[in-house]
Amino acid sequence: MKKYMSFFKIRFIAGMQYRAAAWAGIATQFAWGGMTLLMFWAFYENGENIFPMTFPELSNYIWMQQAFLSMFMAWFFDNEIFDAIMTGNIAYELCRPIDLYNMWFIKNMAIRLSRMVLRCLPILIVAALLPYPFNLTLPPAPVYGVMFVISIFFGFLVLIAFSMLLYISAFYTLSPVGIRILATSVIEFFAGAIIPLPFFPQALQPIMYALPFASMQNTPFLIYTGYTTGFEAIRSMLLQAGWFVILLVSGKLLMKRALKKVVVQGG
Amino acid sequence: MIELKNVNKTFKTAKRNAGFSAAVKDLFKRDYTYVDALKDVSFTVNDGEMVGYIGPNGAGKSSTIKIMSGILTPDSGECIINGRTPWKERIEHVKDIGVVFGQRSQLWWDVPVIDSFELIRDIYKVDESSYRKMLNELTELLNIGEIIRTPARQLSLGQRMRCEIAASLLHNPKILFLDEPTIGLDAVSKIAVRGFIKTINSEHGTTVILTTHDMQDIEALTERILLIGRGRILLDGTLAELKKRNSAHKTLTVDYIGKKLEGTDKIIIRKDLDGHAEISVDTNVLSVSEAISYISSEVDVKDISVMGETSEEMVVSLYKEFKI
Repeated sequence: MKKYMSFFKIRFIAGMQYRAAAWAGIATQFAWGGMTLLMFWAFYENGENIFPMTFPELSNYIWMQQAFLSMFMAWFFDNEIFDAIMTGNIAYELCRPIDLYNMWFIKNMAIRLSRMVLRCLPILIVAALLPYPFNLTLPPAPVYGVMFVISIFFGFLVLIAFSMLLYISAFYTLSPVGIRILATSVIEFFAGAIIPLPFFPQALQPIMYALPFASMQNTPFLIYTGYTTGFEAIRSMLLQAGWFVILLVSGKLLMKRALKKVVVQGG
Repeated sequence: MIELKNVNKTFKTAKRNAGFSAAVKDLFKRDYTYVDALKDVSFTVNDGEMVGYIGPNGAGKSSTIKIMSGILTPDSGECIINGRTPWKERIEHVKDIGVVFGQRSQLWWDVPVIDSFELIRDIYKVDESSYRKMLNELTELLNIGEIIRTPARQLSLGQRMRCEIAASLLHNPKILFLDEPTIGLDAVSKIAVRGFIKTINSEHGTTVILTTHDMQDIEALTERILLIGRGRILLDGTLAELKKRNSAHKTLTVDYIGKKLEGTDKIIIRKDLDGHAEISVDTNVLSVSEAISYISSEVDVKDISVMGETSEEMVVSLYKEFKI
């Protein structure tokens, strides 16, 4: 376990170096969050009752999404991993007494968390100070705060376990570009990163909630806002755990198969 | 102990002709060719031995190293290293080996070298006291005390290679695989690296297998040579044996004035540029003195020197002999 902690540490520290990028990121996320809310506001002015979420719920959703963006952005990949596969530098990683899947998983967690740590607090604080109904508020009850923390952690694991499948696919496709573009759009759309899932047509919702993508950012943010409550919240968290196990096991199996037929490129 | 028995590996590569129509055709039907990277490769290396593994590009050297380090799974054959099959027990196996790939880097680009070392220490679970001891020894032998606090990206190739080698030895492995460790290095670094490899081998009893294109590496380091070509082991012997076998050829370098020098069936002119000629003589058919007297009778010799075959030429002639 210590070796994985060391990996986490070195990546986390490396990620914390990029302060300027963090400030730029904060500004972008503010602008983005603000624009999204204003756009929704324009619709809400025509009658709030026709929408599935109340506007304060929506504000909470959007600001939480912006604050924790680095944990859930689907378009972000660790290029070092793709490069290692493309160029054959993976040879060195395979010479280590270490499980490659676990190592990559930890690396991804560290990079995303280091970015999140630098960005989330300023966004949360400023968003809390905005005027009603655009501000960020506390969850409806303390228990939802606790559930949110557990759920965001599982959502994070589900997202990384899913992106591990994409990294592993590079062993087979030799160029990750196509699959990256496709996967990014699919994840962002079905995870509720573009429009929160409650806004989708009723008929589609059962399918969308059952997919692994809904178990990423959708579940924790809806719990935080108070949209998902009670039994429904617990069920959606169990679904997260289920998806995590399924993705983890299939990722590990796929990795094992890939390594058996790996051809280290060049030299 | 390293034991390879009848190891085979075939790679499948897609092939297509140049041009648009070939590319379109390729979408529907692909032609594959099968390349035998390794064919029936067998050899044994004892503990503490130092072996030079040579052969032209694409001969299968790196594939063999990759199989021995557990990265590549062969199609058939056996490979037992210290009682384990590398690709079956990869994680246990790699604890005992150190690998340097001369063309790749294991140091983290953005952080000081010492941080990479410490990460490697944690990965191999080296305890603090043996880590300190090994680090001190390595920094001294490789003369890297000054540079281990510098980020890897700011090091020169020679400095980096010395750090790479140190990184591969921090866990004091029993076996060290070096895949072209001196590639691209200047003379000073090369000599430093060679001296170091020798010391590690004699003091720690580390088994070393070294692939290289630099015959001076081989001459300086190894007694035993394995020659591989087109995936087959062609020769397994000592450098001295090899030299004996090929010493019949001498090269004469002549500076002369006068008409252009004409060769005969016994005197082969390899190169002749404005009165500077390189001549090859097979001493089994013609002695050197006979050759010199023939040349001086033909032209006005200003300078002449006689050289035996260098190791490099020896290898080239070996390649020719085995048609690889």
